[in-house]
Amino acid sequence: MDKVFISGNDTFGESAIRAGCRCYFGYPITPQNELGEYMAAHMRNAGGVFIQSESELAAINMTIGASCTGSRVMTSSSSPGISLKQEGISFLAALELPAVIVNVMRGGPGLGNIAPSQGDYFQSTRGGGHGDYRTPVFAPGTIQEIADLTFHAFEVADKYRTPVLLLGDGMMGQTKEPVVFPEPLNLKEMPEKEWALKGRGKGKSRYMASLILDPVEEERHNWKLVRKYKEIEKNEVMYEEYMTDDADIVVVAYGTVARIAKGAIKRVRTEGIKAGLLRPITLWPFPKDILVDLASRIKKFIVFEMSTGQMVEDVQLAIGNKAHIAFHGRPGGVVPTPAEFARYINREISQK
Amino acid sequence: MNLKNKWPEYYKKDVISHYCPGCGHGIAHRLVSEVLEDLDIGGKAVLVNPAGCAVLAYLYFDFDVLESAHGRGTAMATGIKRANPDLFVISYQGDGDLAAIGTAETIHSANRGENITVIFINNAVYGMTGGQMAPTTLLGQKTTTSVAGRNPAFEGYPLHITDLLATLPGVVYAERTALDGPAGIVKTKKAITNAFQSQIDGLGYSIIEILSPCPTNWKKSPVDSFKWIKEEMTKEFPVGVLTDKRKKYKEEKIAV
Repeated sequence: MDKVFISGNDTFGESAIRAGCRCYFGYPITPQNELGEYMAAHMRNAGGVFIQSESELAAINMTIGASCTGSRVMTSSSSPGISLKQEGISFLAALELPAVIVNVMRGGPGLGNIAPSQGDYFQSTRGGGHGDYRTPVFAPGTIQEIADLTFHAFEVADKYRTPVLLLGDGMMGQTKEPVVFPEPLNLKEMPEKEWALKGRGKGKSRYMASLILDPVEEERHNWKLVRKYKEIEKNEVMYEEYMTDDADIVVVAYGTVARIAKGAIKRVRTEGIKAGLLRPITLWPFPKDILVDLASRIKKFIVFEMSTGQMVEDVQLAIGNKAHIAFHGRPGGVVPTPAEFARYINREISQK
Repeated sequence: MNLKNKWPEYYKKDVISHYCPGCGHGIAHRLVSEVLEDLDIGGKAVLVNPAGCAVLAYLYFDFDVLESAHGRGTAMATGIKRANPDLFVISYQGDGDLAAIGTAETIHSANRGENITVIFINNAVYGMTGGQMAPTTLLGQKTTTSVAGRNPAFEGYPLHITDLLATLPGVVYAERTALDGPAGIVKTKKAITNAFQSQIDGLGYSIIEILSPCPTNWKKSPVDSFKWIKEEMTKEFPVGVLTDKRKKYKEEKIAV
């Protein structure tokens, strides 16, 4: 198909419809409103369901309802609204129901502001709601990658029967870029979901419940989920390496910040500083192994985030004492510049 | 009255009930199952069961069930029905679930006229958690969180949520019945039949509020509980049809 010039928020929507998503439920919140509006304009034409719900709580629970019938479902919001959805995300994880949840992050805590931020890293990668569970988290770095990862997120959600998060930010939602979309899936060719509730017909009735009163049974269910998460950790890690081959220092950054970091790396390379980038594309599962590999030959790492320091903890967990790890963050909706990052890379490299 | 010596097809057999002696849930469950069979829709039914005493309803219903988070039943039911309109969708909820924590979902699913049916069990207390005050607790009624009796100065008034819902154009049928004796049970079955038929006809949202005994938390015998519904509860919550727009909506549908 041809290239189209399209915003990040619209891209989430278009790619979802192409991936066979036929139910979208959402509540307005900036900076992701264009996504809901895109779905309002296009979902019914695609033969699907669009509901502007009365709240984020209602939206995530409509998502659960639609998902249990076997439909591909998406809901979206921005940081405060994602907090409201956490109960439902925990239920999706417990019920082992697939769904794709988009978070176009904004500054926080509280109402914060509507500027780009990465303050929801912990919430996204540590489960977010109550109980022992994880959700795969994809963090696109470009609008093209939003198209590709949204498509991919539905596959992963169905494959593992799990809620999946797509983590963008206000800048990515609003940015327009040329995008080539994946070809639409043919719904008739999609595999039947044997587990879905379709009415018992003349067969045996089924139920989906997350209440498991017997602690031993609940423990068994938790370990079952863990086995699934281990499979996801084994199979689904994604990252990008940029100029790491000859690097003396490696920047670790994701999403919008990784883009800015690439500018900084190009800048310092003109000054002879061999800097590279590791960009996690999956934030959970986190690309630990590649970091361990890199740390065997590179002794300086610097983590850039639009937060006070969240992903840096995963870098520390992966690398430990094998290398020096520095951090520079801009929380609250401030977007750093390539020049600013270049200064920090310079400073790190000049320190013994 | 058509007395049948037959176990309902959509009601599980040989299961030991977790409900307390004299509880109304068992009666309401059986009525729902019987009507599904009468209308021949059990095979495509999906019921959303609530948090609260009926959280384990799937142990008894022999058709498909999804368990909801507290208060979110009609949001889930909306998702199910919209994703697959061929399914027959019921949300089964208690008073705390429907009229306190789930008020927004209740009102908005009704206002959208979702083609679902809500079975609303009103027993004027939080049962599962041990008898706390509910939005429908009567004035003067003693609960573990209204120990001197519900006082409007502190606790407000019993919430007539079904009367509120009946005012909405999206609600095609709303009726309040009482499990206060055999006649009340028969009327409840008739009401459920009307509501289910409304959904089959695609007319929109229907709700049956069932005043239901909770002897354990009311600290009354099952017989006295029936009496209390008849003599006290129905004074605050009179039984009867609260709205019936079936004829009008059927005609409008034909006109369309």
